[in-house]
Amino acid sequence: MILTDNILTIITFLPLVGAFFILLTPGQDEVAVLNIKRIALATTFVTFVFALLMWGLFDPDTADFQFVQNSPWMGEVIGYRMGVDGISVLFIVLTGLLMPMCILASWDSVKHRVREYMVLFLVLEMLMMGVFATLDLAMFYVFFEGSLIPMFLIIGIWGGKRRIQASYKFFFYTFVGSVLMLLAIMAMYWYAGTLDISRLLAVDFPESMQIWLWLAFFASLAVKMPMWPLHRWLPEAHVEAPTAGSVILAAILLKLGGYGFLRFSLPMFPDASLMFSNFVFVLSVAAIVITSVVALVQTDVKKLIAYSSVAHMGFVTMGIFAGNIYGVQGAIFQMVSHGIVSGALFLSVGVIYDRMHTRDISAYGGLVERMPKYAFAFMIFTMANVGLPGTSGFVGEFLTLLAIFQVNTWFAIVATLGVIFSACYGLWLYRKVIFGALEKESLRGILDLSPREMLTIVPLIVLTIFFGFYPAPLLDTTAASVQALVDQYAAATGLAAAGQ
Amino acid sequence: MISEFGGFASLAPAYPEMLVAVGALALLMLGVFAKREASTLVTGMAIGLLAAVALFVAFQPSQGVLFAGGFINDEFARFMKTLVIAGSVFALVLSVSNAQDHGLNKFEYPVLVVLATLGMMMMVSANDLMSLYVGLELQSLALYVVASIKRDSTRATEAGLKYFVLGALSSGMLLYGASLVYGFTGHTQLDQIAAAAALGDRNIGLIFGLVFLLAGIAFKISAVPFHMWTPDVYEGAPTPVTAFFASAPKVAAMALLIRVAFEAFEPIARDWQQVVIFLSIASMVLASFAAIGQNNLKRLMAYSSIGHIGFALVGLSAGSLVGVEGVAIYMAIYMAMTIGTFACILALRNENGYVRTIDDLAGLAQGRPFVAAMLAMFMFSLVGLPPLAGFFAKWYVFLAAMEAQLFILAVIGMLASAVSAFYYLRVVKVMYFDEPTATYPVPAVELRVVMGLVGFLVLSYYFTVGGPLARLAHEAAGSLF
Repeated sequence: MILTDNILTIITFLPLVGAFFILLTPGQDEVAVLNIKRIALATTFVTFVFALLMWGLFDPDTADFQFVQNSPWMGEVIGYRMGVDGISVLFIVLTGLLMPMCILASWDSVKHRVREYMVLFLVLEMLMMGVFATLDLAMFYVFFEGSLIPMFLIIGIWGGKRRIQASYKFFFYTFVGSVLMLLAIMAMYWYAGTLDISRLLAVDFPESMQIWLWLAFFASLAVKMPMWPLHRWLPEAHVEAPTAGSVILAAILLKLGGYGFLRFSLPMFPDASLMFSNFVFVLSVAAIVITSVVALVQTDVKKLIAYSSVAHMGFVTMGIFAGNIYGVQGAIFQMVSHGIVSGALFLSVGVIYDRMHTRDISAYGGLVERMPKYAFAFMIFTMANVGLPGTSGFVGEFLTLLAIFQVNTWFAIVATLGVIFSACYGLWLYRKVIFGALEKESLRGILDLSPREMLTIVPLIVLTIFFGFYPAPLLDTTAASVQALVDQYAAATGLAAAGQ
Repeated sequence: MISEFGGFASLAPAYPEMLVAVGALALLMLGVFAKREASTLVTGMAIGLLAAVALFVAFQPSQGVLFAGGFINDEFARFMKTLVIAGSVFALVLSVSNAQDHGLNKFEYPVLVVLATLGMMMMVSANDLMSLYVGLELQSLALYVVASIKRDSTRATEAGLKYFVLGALSSGMLLYGASLVYGFTGHTQLDQIAAAAALGDRNIGLIFGLVFLLAGIAFKISAVPFHMWTPDVYEGAPTPVTAFFASAPKVAAMALLIRVAFEAFEPIARDWQQVVIFLSIASMVLASFAAIGQNNLKRLMAYSSIGHIGFALVGLSAGSLVGVEGVAIYMAIYMAMTIGTFACILALRNENGYVRTIDDLAGLAQGRPFVAAMLAMFMFSLVGLPPLAGFFAKWYVFLAAMEAQLFILAVIGMLASAVSAFYYLRVVKVMYFDEPTATYPVPAVELRVVMGLVGFLVLSYYFTVGGPLARLAHEAAGSLF
């Protein structure tokens, strides 16, 4: 069937069609701007529908790549290869879900240069879909690195006061790490003779080569993730980016790192992964504890959430390199859940920022009196961020902690401290912003969520709670692929595959 | 081995050169007799002539060696010649609007460009040290005059003089190297030099000759440490002339370097590889850091071209088929990006004159969104960011370096490209993040067409030209091995 054969191509490049029509829309007046926004919303929504359709057609019982397209393209080296398995399919759905919300969140808050803004967001969506959908290593790099261009511009044009510094920092941290990965990709090509990911997964790289390749990939993915101590770009980029930019950064761009570890580091360089696993655990635990403590002293709402993102990504890396089924399942779940929750938190911050134009925690207080709906939504997301049972945040943290407990009890104990810290800063932020007396004069006239904002926030509340109580739809989708990945890792490293 | 003259049909491989030579002289006559008013007409006819020759070369099937082995036309020559002529055509197109401002409203200008193109075609097709030198000098002499064609401008005159003195020095070094090579091998024809070099032990005299030859050519491609003239000449020369300098002659000199390295000195490849690796690293690193402080756009482009030559040399350092293929693709993409960037620079002119510094571009994205978008795209492409063409250029040359296991070169190159991102991004930052200070009127039609066309190719490289170009470059490189 034409649709199912090409569905990944459609999902990936549909946003470009929307971008093309936006460029063609004439005029600069209000009507034109409204039309531009409508085109962007419609495009992202239709893309989401296609992504859902693909998830529906996806067969969770096999670990093979599905919806595969494979044709030679540029010379003999780079091909046009598409396909998804259980590891990548959820990220495509997540990207599809969050994009329309980003457009809605920018509906009124972006006032100037709307056309460029929407075009850049659609291009960014195309690139992110491509990262998860492609099965060619060179094209993976193309999409991965290509996302720097729109994100650099989004932060730089529509960002806050220190936007230029933030955009440069974002660009250079990521770029310097990535160029080393590019060289590793080339070295893999000369060893394996192909860039087809599905074939590279079966290639057995010699151990000495694995070490270098692993380090080169680590240089890029750890920055993107970001892992402590390479996370310095993240708080600034998050804080300065416009709301929708922060949502995309936290919810999707950070996941590229984790996805890369799962797709390349673990299955392709298993010996090196095992060798460096303790190193990764140390960094992960350091991220969880240190950034949680750092988050405690922040005065800026967005910065606090940004540091908490780094801590949450610590659980992800820990789970991935635990290399057992709980760890990998938990890591994927944690990434999807964090995508929903951190996206929602940044959207929530955007709501009050649009009204008050400050991100200072001390500028708020007592919002519950004026904004009861908002207070409820923010509570759900805070709880999910803390990892309260019954929210999606709990499942991922629990699974990854379980996994690391099997591998090394000490790391598990220290990491659990991080959960306590996250409760501290999460509840502290909530108390400061929502509770207390409504003392500030400026806050008296503040309005509760508008219908448009409800439209972005309510679905995320539903998902947070739904996946908290019933994580099966996500876990079942990934199960077969994760099982295959874990088995392969265990076979290659000689470890007994845990959790069977 | 002097071949018999077999009638005009036997000269078929050299038809394009003959056509350009005759055409240049005819244009000269036309210009002389029609006087000043004819400059636009002569420019138009020169564009037509060169475009026709470019098509002819691109589809010309006849290949072979002519003139007692002094001239060769193969797939490689065809590929490079098409590029060179296309570069000249675009440079002439860019000079049409506002020719008066640049002092280019003289009929000599198009004629000299056509003559320089002829010299470059000879360079690409040279199979003998003598024809190589003749081609190189024909090109260089035309370029010296073109650099200072704006006679009443002291800057342009200075640029021309500087270019001439240093160019003459480099020609002298090249000639000295050629005489050493001849002295130690007894041949001037490239394949016979190779045959002689393959015999016997490593000959120190031959290596001396090789190094002098390489130094002479390094001047022409402006590789560090022979780059000093580049920023001054680029800045002093009229902008359309700079666009020409930065595109076609670089391609021709690179083609010449490749042919000499692989046809004549293949047996001592290890010796020239060291030199090329040094030139490559020095160019990439120096250009990345030196450009950071530049505020003048043309000087910035000068350092940018030095850096890009360094990247192209990464492919040559590998000394393999993949490497030559990579350099061929690199030069094609580099030329497209350069032409596009200069089209943007030329498009920005208001009552205060042409845009000179990066700061003049402040807020351009709001005043002239199309030009800003194109210039930003060329800058991102020059950085080497995917999915733009510049990324694929780097991809091929570094792929070759990795195959040859030149890991240190590759890592240095990649880090240099990360540093170079800093100054390219500054242009984007100024255009997009800053507030506008100046307004610019709508640019001329042909500039918009060039920007749009090149921009489209750079943006859609993966989908449009990427596949065919890789195939052509593969065939071209194959003819040298």
